[in-house]
Amino acid sequence: MKSVEEIKAAIVAAVPGAGVEVVPNSSVSGQHSLRIDHAHAAEVATFLRDDAELELDFLSNVTGVDWLDKEIAEKVKVTRQVVKPVEGGEPGQTQTVDESVEETRKHVVPGYLEVVYHLYSMAKKQGPVIVRMRTGNRTDQVEMPSLTPVWRSAEFQEREIFDLYGVVFKGHPDLRRILMWDEFKDHPMRRDYVDPDDYEYEPTAHDEVLLRTKEHKSREQGLGEREQAASGATASGGGQ
Amino acid sequence: MSRSATDLHFSLARQEGWNRPPVIEPEGEGELLEVAMGPHHPSTHGVFRMDVALDGERVIRLKPVFGYLHRNHEKIGEKSSYLASMPYTDRLDYFCSMTNNWAYALAVEKLTGQEVPERAEYLRVILAELTRIQNHASSIGFLLQEMGASGTPLMYAFREREKILDLFESLSGSRMMCNYMRFGGCRVDASPAWLDAARKVVKDLPAFVDEYERFLGGNEILMARTQGMGILRPELAVNAGVTGPMLRASGVNYDIRKVDHYGIYDRFKFRVPVGDHYDIYDRYMVRVLEIRESITILEQALREIPGGPIMDAKAKIRGFRPKPGEAYGRIEAPKGELGFYLISDGGPNPYRYRVRPPSLINLTILEDMCLGHNVADVVLIFGSVDIVLGEVDR
Repeated sequence: MKSVEEIKAAIVAAVPGAGVEVVPNSSVSGQHSLRIDHAHAAEVATFLRDDAELELDFLSNVTGVDWLDKEIAEKVKVTRQVVKPVEGGEPGQTQTVDESVEETRKHVVPGYLEVVYHLYSMAKKQGPVIVRMRTGNRTDQVEMPSLTPVWRSAEFQEREIFDLYGVVFKGHPDLRRILMWDEFKDHPMRRDYVDPDDYEYEPTAHDEVLLRTKEHKSREQGLGEREQAASGATASGGGQ
Repeated sequence: MSRSATDLHFSLARQEGWNRPPVIEPEGEGELLEVAMGPHHPSTHGVFRMDVALDGERVIRLKPVFGYLHRNHEKIGEKSSYLASMPYTDRLDYFCSMTNNWAYALAVEKLTGQEVPERAEYLRVILAELTRIQNHASSIGFLLQEMGASGTPLMYAFREREKILDLFESLSGSRMMCNYMRFGGCRVDASPAWLDAARKVVKDLPAFVDEYERFLGGNEILMARTQGMGILRPELAVNAGVTGPMLRASGVNYDIRKVDHYGIYDRFKFRVPVGDHYDIYDRYMVRVLEIRESITILEQALREIPGGPIMDAKAKIRGFRPKPGEAYGRIEAPKGELGFYLISDGGPNPYRYRVRPPSLINLTILEDMCLGHNVADVVLIFGSVDIVLGEVDR
């Protein structure tokens, strides 16, 4: 079995212009992966499937992963001009001095959705080769080429990722929700998904349940008051 | 209902491609009929629906509809600690909790590099093969049940399954929700008395398989209804990621026990049965032969099982936090390749916890196998896939 670097070299040789990047895995499993670009994804996938040496005819597993926006705080040394009173000078006399100040700068690394493909070869009995693709961000650039035309086993799994993560697979023959119902709006496997308030009365509310009860009751009350106010307004309006 | 099928719930338009389901055109003048088989159809083994478009009795389109049992198992796995997911894995394929446990433990062991003591490896093999036997026996029983052999074959299978479940109960405390394996070993040790009981069960099994096969193998109704039915070509089976007995019945020699040698499977002698007609009868036959091979593995394992600890001494139960990284571990579960993909960010919960469900992926080609057959045969073809909805919907 070739190493990831060798597979990368083979891909670049076979598909000119393909962007391939080795993503190292720091765990002891040693399962490193290859990140491929969107434009050449279908070509690279076909090469991996049909290459005589690799023959990765079996796409075992397709996984969606959600990586949230990361806020990274960096400490940077900045030289700044500071106005200071002159030591030993007359009161009110100032001078400008260069002073190095440590400043924390925050910048946001945009999150993305990632899809991981685990490939094996049934003919050569080898694997896994792990291929991943990333979307531009988590909101409006969530498109990704589908690998279902190359490996049929991605059909339901990509539908599941579309359903639960919201990745839109271009070229998928039947991209619909699979586990949630069609009218459902959100994507429940995303890290920032908020559970619906489906509180039900429990006779012994305690700990977390008690907190949820309070939250639910306050929300219910607020809603009730608003409704009352609204209906009161129309009633009084009708009376006059 | 209409001739042109424009009023159907789903469209008849299709994408071209060798690995797409073929286009079956309606014949004659009759109207097309759309039938929702399920979600409460007895043959679906749970809550599962097939939206079928029928031309007379012939299936021209079939769409599986999932999600009735969806509880977002993977999200629950991300919200709970590594160990807390172990009992939840029992609920995936509730017929085979032991192999679910093993697949999950294997993935975590790959992530952390934990060693498993030899006795625990033997216990895992013994339990996994017992699981395989009871799963295959009952799946054949269900197949016959759907064929109209009401009750008797299934009860024969369940009689044997009962003995195996009794073994599970006396070892783990539970018949189906075993929660038995741990990262780096097993939860409780098997007593000598339990091993003797297991040996006795295994000794009686060949007689059961012989009897089962004598009643069924040459049965005229079974042969008439399954031979040449629901054919799945090997190239499509591989491309669609079909695994397990389904794949081997399609003539592909691929058994993860032989390929990956996970655990200690390289120490046992066993053969991999492979079909050559790719039909339902082959699937039935492959399962029967796999039961026989499992019995030989069990005989070897029960003879050779050594003494010693059942847990890795360095295994950590409290404060279990794997280093950042990821791992994919897979085993040959009775229904196919069961895999767990874990991403750790160094915290007590997995960042990503993914189950590769063989039952769901084996259904990818359900439509391809059913097209052109009568609606009564859909029940059999679906039954021969052998799924559990707890794993399909997760």
